[in-house]
Amino acid sequence: MKPPPFEYHAPPTLVEALTLLAQHGDEAKALAGGQSLIPVLNFRLARPSVIVDLNRIDELIGIDATGPSLRVAAMTRQRAAERSTDVAERAPMLAAALTHVAHPQIRTRGTIGGSVAHADPAAELPAVMLALDARFRLRRGAEERTVAAGDFFTGLFSTALEVDELLIDIEIPAPAARSGWAFEEVARRHGDFALVAVAARVVLDSAGAVSDARLAYVNAGPGPFRSARAEAVLVGQTPDPDLIRAAAAAAFEDARPAADVHASAAYRRQLTRVLTARALAAAFARAAA
Amino acid sequence: MENLDHRWFGKRIRRNEDPRLLTGRALFVDDVQLPGMAHVAFVRSPVAHARIVEVDTRAARARPGVYAVITAEDLGDYWQPGPLLVSPPPIEGHIFHERTQPPLARDKVRFVGEPVVVVVAESRYLAEDAAEDVFVDYDTQTPVVDLERALEPGAELVHGDLPSNVAARAHQSLGDYEAARAQADVIVARRFRYDRGASAAIENRAVVAQWDERDQELTMWDTTQAPIPIRNGVATRLGLSHSQVRVIAPFVGGGFGPKIMMFYQEELLVPWLAMRLGRPVKWTEDRSENFFATTQEREQIHDAEMALTSDGRILGIRDRFLHDCGAYDTYGLTVPINSQCTLLGPYLVPAYDSEFTCVFTNKTIVTPVRGAGRQHGVFVMERLLDLAARELGLSPVEIRERNYIPPDAFPYDYEILYQDSAPLVYDSGDYAPALAKAVEMIGYDRFIAEEQPAARAEGRHLGIGVVSYVEGTGIGPYEGARVSVEVDGRVTVATGVGTQGQGHFTSFAQIVAEQLDVDPARIRVVTGDTREFAWGTGTFASRGAVVAGNACHAAAVAVREKILKLAAELLHAEREELELAGGRVLVRGQPERSFALGDLAAKANPLRGAVRPGTEPGLEATAYFGPDRSCTASGVHAMVVEVDPETAMIELKRYVVVHDCGHVINPMIVDGQIHGGVAHGIGNAFYEKLVYDDNGQLLTASLMDYLLPTSLDVPTIQTAHFETPSPLNPLGIKGVGEAGAIPVGALFAQAIENALGDEAPEILEIPLSPNRLFELMTARATRTGSAAGAGTAAPARPEIGVPARRAAEPGEAGPA
Amino acid sequence: MRGPERIDHFSARPFREGAPLSTIPVQIRVNGSTYDRTIEPRLLLSDFLRQELGLTGTHVGCEHGVCGACTVQLDGEPVRSCLMFAVQAVGHDVSTVEGLAPNDTELHPLQAAFREAHGLQCGFCTPGFLMTLIPFLREVPNPTPDQIRHAVSGNLCRCTGYQNIVEAVRLAAAAAEPV
Repeated sequence: MKPPPFEYHAPPTLVEALTLLAQHGDEAKALAGGQSLIPVLNFRLARPSVIVDLNRIDELIGIDATGPSLRVAAMTRQRAAERSTDVAERAPMLAAALTHVAHPQIRTRGTIGGSVAHADPAAELPAVMLALDARFRLRRGAEERTVAAGDFFTGLFSTALEVDELLIDIEIPAPAARSGWAFEEVARRHGDFALVAVAARVVLDSAGAVSDARLAYVNAGPGPFRSARAEAVLVGQTPDPDLIRAAAAAAFEDARPAADVHASAAYRRQLTRVLTARALAAAFARAAA
Repeated sequence: MENLDHRWFGKRIRRNEDPRLLTGRALFVDDVQLPGMAHVAFVRSPVAHARIVEVDTRAARARPGVYAVITAEDLGDYWQPGPLLVSPPPIEGHIFHERTQPPLARDKVRFVGEPVVVVVAESRYLAEDAAEDVFVDYDTQTPVVDLERALEPGAELVHGDLPSNVAARAHQSLGDYEAARAQADVIVARRFRYDRGASAAIENRAVVAQWDERDQELTMWDTTQAPIPIRNGVATRLGLSHSQVRVIAPFVGGGFGPKIMMFYQEELLVPWLAMRLGRPVKWTEDRSENFFATTQEREQIHDAEMALTSDGRILGIRDRFLHDCGAYDTYGLTVPINSQCTLLGPYLVPAYDSEFTCVFTNKTIVTPVRGAGRQHGVFVMERLLDLAARELGLSPVEIRERNYIPPDAFPYDYEILYQDSAPLVYDSGDYAPALAKAVEMIGYDRFIAEEQPAARAEGRHLGIGVVSYVEGTGIGPYEGARVSVEVDGRVTVATGVGTQGQGHFTSFAQIVAEQLDVDPARIRVVTGDTREFAWGTGTFASRGAVVAGNACHAAAVAVREKILKLAAELLHAEREELELAGGRVLVRGQPERSFALGDLAAKANPLRGAVRPGTEPGLEATAYFGPDRSCTASGVHAMVVEVDPETAMIELKRYVVVHDCGHVINPMIVDGQIHGGVAHGIGNAFYEKLVYDDNGQLLTASLMDYLLPTSLDVPTIQTAHFETPSPLNPLGIKGVGEAGAIPVGALFAQAIENALGDEAPEILEIPLSPNRLFELMTARATRTGSAAGAGTAAPARPEIGVPARRAAEPGEAGPA
Repeated sequence: MRGPERIDHFSARPFREGAPLSTIPVQIRVNGSTYDRTIEPRLLLSDFLRQELGLTGTHVGCEHGVCGACTVQLDGEPVRSCLMFAVQAVGHDVSTVEGLAPNDTELHPLQAAFREAHGLQCGFCTPGFLMTLIPFLREVPNPTPDQIRHAVSGNLCRCTGYQNIVEAVRLAAAAAEPV
């Protein structure tokens, strides 16, 4: 279990990193925290010819809460985000979900951007970003574009990122008034990838009816996705146990989970329903508080 | 031991080995670094069953930094199947087809991970690069994976020279089961399944070998539990005398059974390579290899039935079971015989009719893993009792109490043969008080009367379980020890067993300290180095403390005799006037008439004068201990579990172990052994499973998918000890290393069923998982048409997301 | 962000046909000492510590980041040394179990507590637990058992069942409390 040989670059600036990626095209792999990529290399399941290590690029690190939205730079360590009071205040769902991401030793190295760009269907952060309506700033050479989370995740381990493009930062909009959130997960052991998890955010109007609902799922489909049916069931209605049941049933219908050694598709769909109901109950309670 | 005041024996004493381990200075095999050392990587079969058509190593040989690339052909005469490690006991009429593993596959591969080519290079990194250069052309054959399909006519054969995939068959019985069955009021019959798990020591295996051309000596560091047999076997195979080979098992990072297998292919190849290449060679198994190359255990299918009277007394048991032995049956019948014998448990079973069939499959070789087949037997017995109890309206506690072997019945002869070829005779035990203690500690009655109904009223599903088991431990043949008093007053103890964390450096010191009254901190214990002690077998079958411990005791008693004899002479005192205290020998009540033991040791090895005929220099003795047969440890486990029927997730609330391993040498160490065993059992019961697909590919070959329990999955375990000393050894001790792991599967099944109450499916298999539990609940709900099972996909489920408020019916949960 | 030194630009290319593997000269600080070595960029930090520096107290159990045996500290924070290339440690401070005890005869209080509570059996996973727990105790000096269990949930132990490890941490925390 030793990694295969590769050409290694650790550029100190983003410009140099992008130049290297442009130069090597799909032979190159960007190395963020390495907590997913290095195991894959150790198992020799991937053999990129070139590694472009982003860990020496200071401009990719930091949490900025000075603007209306919270900005988390891509190479911000998960542990730093988890400890950040700005994250706790402005994106508490992200802080809560991070405690489910592996273990402290992994989060010390693992980065927010790395996890998002890896787009593992079993990882927590992509679904959280979907639920939070995050926007991703990407750069390729000198060109920059911003992509909404809903357009960023395109399937199993796949995103809108081009091979020579890097995620720069993630913008998380401020929560609306009378909004509530919840993150519910079932994993075999604490810190394992989710069997299923749900990231829920709801907004209530002044009359107490649901004005907006975002329900995003981990491992209930080929990639992170929102349950359009469940959200449609909720909007315009006043929360009560029947509504929660109906939304959970709708999410159950939308779930298209895969089976693996840990869970059948049927079990994952059951978890989707149970966790949707639990998350909604918690999110509505927070919104009403 | 009754004559001693127990100054050291039985005490909680901190371990001598800890400072080295805690500071990172302890030597593990992979820590050995030698000048010029080469590193090994293996090319292993990626398929479960195939003929090898061609092996092309040219590209690998040409890679810079590669020293050698060796195939089966290159081994010449050194290629031959390994020895049979344990011969079958002489059970009348048994069948056994011996098929053992070759060092490298030659014509055929029989399991994924079987070594085919060995690559030696400057570094492990380079060796792995070169291993990828090797081309092997496999002509795949249908893999034999499923135990029952393996026995169907026309099934593909793992070993083509045999008529079928039957590796062995053995039948043992006592009494007349058919007659018992005819008298029975109740018969309970079910099919039970147990599946594979890994030992998963955190340290993988490793072998380092160095051939000294000038001294003509081979030194081998090996993560083995049995250094002396490894030394003997390697010497024989390499054409060396035993004294030319030194095997060192230094600190070993967990054994749990699979680190005793003679011979792992790597154990034969690495020393051969070191001699051939004239340089030290190291192989360290990586975690990926460990999942394929290190032996595994536990797949069995039992069709069992129990005949009982209407008041819950066992009349007899009949069992037919299949045992998966993997691709080779190197370990003989040890595991299935343990299942067969241990099934009987602490219970009176007047009639027993048991036959097992061992089946070759295209999977990793099966050898004992902590518990070694005993889990299966206990699972079958305990489940049959639970099912019978339900049918008879008895509680799980009552049915066990009614069937225990009474304390006055020992020694209790079961008239069948155990794994050590000796009759299965229980030496001592007293089971009912242990059960009562466990019931009290877990709060059984209050749980049933109050706690469970109260939780049910809140919509929570709590369940309780209590199971018992016995374990034959401390089998022969023998171990030895040498005890020497050094001139500085310290004592050295050398013994041949390997040690993997059991605390032998401390418990053996305590045994010796008890005789010599030297502080155990001043007693240095050396284990696992064949140069230090050259006779013995190894650490297995929960025997290290029992067999080697009693050898240490015997040697210490002999040294004590030497001390008394010499001191009596030098102090002009009668032997009876002397005592040993505080590292000195003195005339009782006259401390001025004394010697420090170190000074006496110096006098026992004079520089002038003669050692007279009939005496020996020094204060040193070597002694051996070999028990006639195993001693029977026993225990009761109880736990409280909460099951979330919506998610099928569980949480362990309380766990109690009442254990009897005879006299306890060091309670701290014994408790630690139990904690670890229970954790292993919890893993086997609910987290860990080696999942093979129909192609014989392992789907859980990483620690991401093979789930070892973490600190959040293992509860705090409360322990209590009963001591029924073994009459089979002077210290009165019994083994404890495996005990914790043995009954946990049975306990999970009972407690989870109890938690789910009327909605519970029958749990007839281990390992479980949330997914499997969900499937069982779904199947039960579908069968009964109940909407209450978690699995119902009906859209109008009643309890989703909001806490259930259904009040429990009186008597709904728990035994009627 | 963490390292006081700036490393300008590392680059290393692998061997081409017949040429030796490309290596990089590095200077890495471990337990306060600075080591100069020339290494392949693919060399894992765990292998660098064990093979290049002979610091074999850092153990390797899985090389895919699950078991935690190889945990060391990077600038005082716990990391898996099997999930980092050694070259990535340039400019950072690495601490290993060998640096814990104050001298050859005394133990660090946490090590002493592990001994007292029988928090280790085979001892193979123990260095990883210690290196995980020291930063934890700095952050949470008086942890509850549940906090301790969460803190070590990324370290696997097959021998102890964790119970005495939790107890050891409680002992160490109690011993460190100001009187």
